[in-house]
Amino acid sequence: MTIQNKAEIIDAILARHRDKPTRLMQILRETQEELGWLSKKTLSMIARGTRQPLARVEGVASFYSFFHTEPLGRYCVLWSDNITDRMLGSVELMREMCKKLWLEPGRVSEDGLVSVSSTSCTGMCDQGPAILVNYRAIPHMSSERVGQTVDLIRSETPVSKWPAELFSISDNIRRRDILLGNISRPGDALRAAIARGAQPTLDEIKLSNLRGRGGAGFSTGLKWETCRNAEGSGADPEHYVICNADEGEPGTFKDRVLLTAQADLVFEGMTVAAYILGARLGMLYLRGEYRYLLDHLESVLARRRKDKQLGHGILDHAGFDFDIEIHFGAGAYICGEESALIESLEGKRGVPRNRPPFPVTQGYLGQPTIVNNVETLASAALITMKGGEWFREIGTEKSAGSKILSVSGDCTRPGIYEYPFGVRVAEVLADCGAAAENTQAVQISGPSGVCIASDEFKRKIGFEDLATAGAFMVFNNKRDMFLVARNFSHFFAHESCGFCTPCRVGTTLLKNCMDKIEAGHGSEYDINEIFKINHLLQAASHCGLGHTACNPMFDTLQKFRPAYQRRLNSLAFEPAFDLDKALSQARQMTGRDDADAHLKNTMEVKA
Amino acid sequence: MSATPDTVTTPTFQLDGEEIPFQPGQTIIQAALAAGKYIPHLCFHPEFKPHGSCKLCLVKISGRPAASCTTVAQAGLSVESEIPEVQDKRRTLVQMLLVEGNHFCPSCEKSGNCMLQALGYELGVMSPHFPQIFPVRPVDASHKEILLDFNRCILCELCVRASNEVDQKNVFALAGRGISKHLIVNSESGRLADTNFSATDKAAQVCPVGVILPKRVGFAIPIGKRKFDLKPISDPGASAGCAEHAEGGA
Repeated sequence: MTIQNKAEIIDAILARHRDKPTRLMQILRETQEELGWLSKKTLSMIARGTRQPLARVEGVASFYSFFHTEPLGRYCVLWSDNITDRMLGSVELMREMCKKLWLEPGRVSEDGLVSVSSTSCTGMCDQGPAILVNYRAIPHMSSERVGQTVDLIRSETPVSKWPAELFSISDNIRRRDILLGNISRPGDALRAAIARGAQPTLDEIKLSNLRGRGGAGFSTGLKWETCRNAEGSGADPEHYVICNADEGEPGTFKDRVLLTAQADLVFEGMTVAAYILGARLGMLYLRGEYRYLLDHLESVLARRRKDKQLGHGILDHAGFDFDIEIHFGAGAYICGEESALIESLEGKRGVPRNRPPFPVTQGYLGQPTIVNNVETLASAALITMKGGEWFREIGTEKSAGSKILSVSGDCTRPGIYEYPFGVRVAEVLADCGAAAENTQAVQISGPSGVCIASDEFKRKIGFEDLATAGAFMVFNNKRDMFLVARNFSHFFAHESCGFCTPCRVGTTLLKNCMDKIEAGHGSEYDINEIFKINHLLQAASHCGLGHTACNPMFDTLQKFRPAYQRRLNSLAFEPAFDLDKALSQARQMTGRDDADAHLKNTMEVKA
Repeated sequence: MSATPDTVTTPTFQLDGEEIPFQPGQTIIQAALAAGKYIPHLCFHPEFKPHGSCKLCLVKISGRPAASCTTVAQAGLSVESEIPEVQDKRRTLVQMLLVEGNHFCPSCEKSGNCMLQALGYELGVMSPHFPQIFPVRPVDASHKEILLDFNRCILCELCVRASNEVDQKNVFALAGRGISKHLIVNSESGRLADTNFSATDKAAQVCPVGVILPKRVGFAIPIGKRKFDLKPISDPGASAGCAEHAEGGA
């Protein structure tokens, strides 16, 4: 490609986004889709176009895992690295793929054709192991599919021409309740809202006791009321509605299915919120892993515009103007935190803000903003149609309505299960085909949630007992719970934004500690270190990521301590340094891995 | 009756049992430093908006941990700072910063004027405690007046903020994420020489550690006679609530 071509491509993308610095994420993504990767020259052109310093653009591009500031292969293969993928054999399959391609993981092949590495959970846990090829999702990886994809890569077949069945993603809806069983027509909730009026509709939401489905459980009615009462400021006072579809918690994939099966209900919820707040713009922040949903979602939005459910004068109601844009994330779990998500929408690094002020008073561009989970907004649309009284009767006293669970791991029927709140873990296990006597643990709400053991299976899903954003990962008796926690420690170290000292350094120290124990160099000392770092993270971290980053280790140490103890080398102290391991580079350079290339006593210890 | 300044009761909160007066809007550390009470800090600087990233200013407010630089003071609050539980956490934070970068105090020109080192002394850090991470961070000696030694960077963003807000040059920014986060320079080459940075910039004065150093000035004051060699960082005469003292010896 000539430099001129390149400049033309970038100019066209910049023009499409009106050179706005707030559109930087989308500009970077589209440029990378065209040019393959983001060179310094490319970033420089984008910086000039959006009139901001190059270093700031570079800072943004290097923050997100899916932006590449180093040359990338023409095919970029990323293996989802959630524990559920690993349990389905992802590590072995990735090794097989690398072997077939003569590749080292994480390196681009000499001919610039392909790179293979891993990424955080891609939200396909019910159909793993999953990969992304040039950011398009392929589920159900097997030895056969590895062979097939390797052939397609070797023959340099464009990904757009790959067999469609490779990209076929299933919804796997196993149990429907009020949300997934919804059969209302698009526009029904809007008509109900307009007939009732803004304040009475808000009153219904408050009456319903709807609480946020992202895990925190804040009252939706209260959030909307505070935002409605907050004044916009400056030359351009506005209110904004944001739908958080950055479903990054490992083991969670319910928003993907809601957006596939009930997209209208979600958009309807956003539009009802806009009606109540007087917002004119809504944004759906969709995780980059769900790029394949874009065509479907855009077509739903286009139909809704045509049917006057979006745009100027919605349903002929003068002054009710609202539209929805889709923004993509780019591989950063932290952007699921609402203020980090807003920073990202503004074209910045996804770093959580200091609060107060909260987004409801000063959010997107400093204006009053609500950020709600996909499932919360869909529930709000149902409440608008059927009333708050109807909704609060479902579920339990403190947890009204239903909860969609993303079930994966050791069960015969993984997939999506919607229950009224208050369902017991044991009932979900029975439904998904996980025999209680063979199940040792369930990870509720992902790594940042809680790991429960078999004596807790009578506990209930709900804010009063097991609050959850939806992940439900099942582990049978044969699973090594230490390896589960170790996988999660790598996840948090990879996803820490790096803003505050305790989380930035602490998550890496925890990861190293877990690796040290796995390598057989652990001692009781290291277990104490984990507890010490946990105390610090709980007390001093800037946001929820740091507060919860030690949960997996803490829970498994409390409940599955033998999984750690059988790995401990001594009860005193063991150094992490391993002389034999230190020679591994020399072995690699000389192409040797025979017994004589290892230090004798280390071999004896291992044998 | 109109209130005169003498009769207006200034609101106060308690810091380790002492009444600290504050102006509405001030954060806890701002009020404490103004009243001559020291709370450890690295990313906080009185001339800049509180940042809240280093977490050294951790305190306990009514039993709950909080960063004192970003928490707004309120009348009647009970703040605990110099208690063993909090000091332990601060010590761990300093140790984390020490293993995250490459800090070799004996050969560092900033030794004795370095806030990280001084806090190490203040908090009784006897060793880095954690295994070293040993990041690879090449120095940038391209600029004719200033040397950048990224090995010592603690990511407080003071230079980023100074260059942006005071100098309006945007010479520095942060790149990467998590443990890979690092300071970068705003030029296509990535070198400081290719920016409009100058030794008289505010950004050249605010580094609490030894990243941004003037060239051709070395050991003008012998080690042992520098700021924090003479007085601990918590001494009002040494800190006076200002990070800027830290480069005084250069």
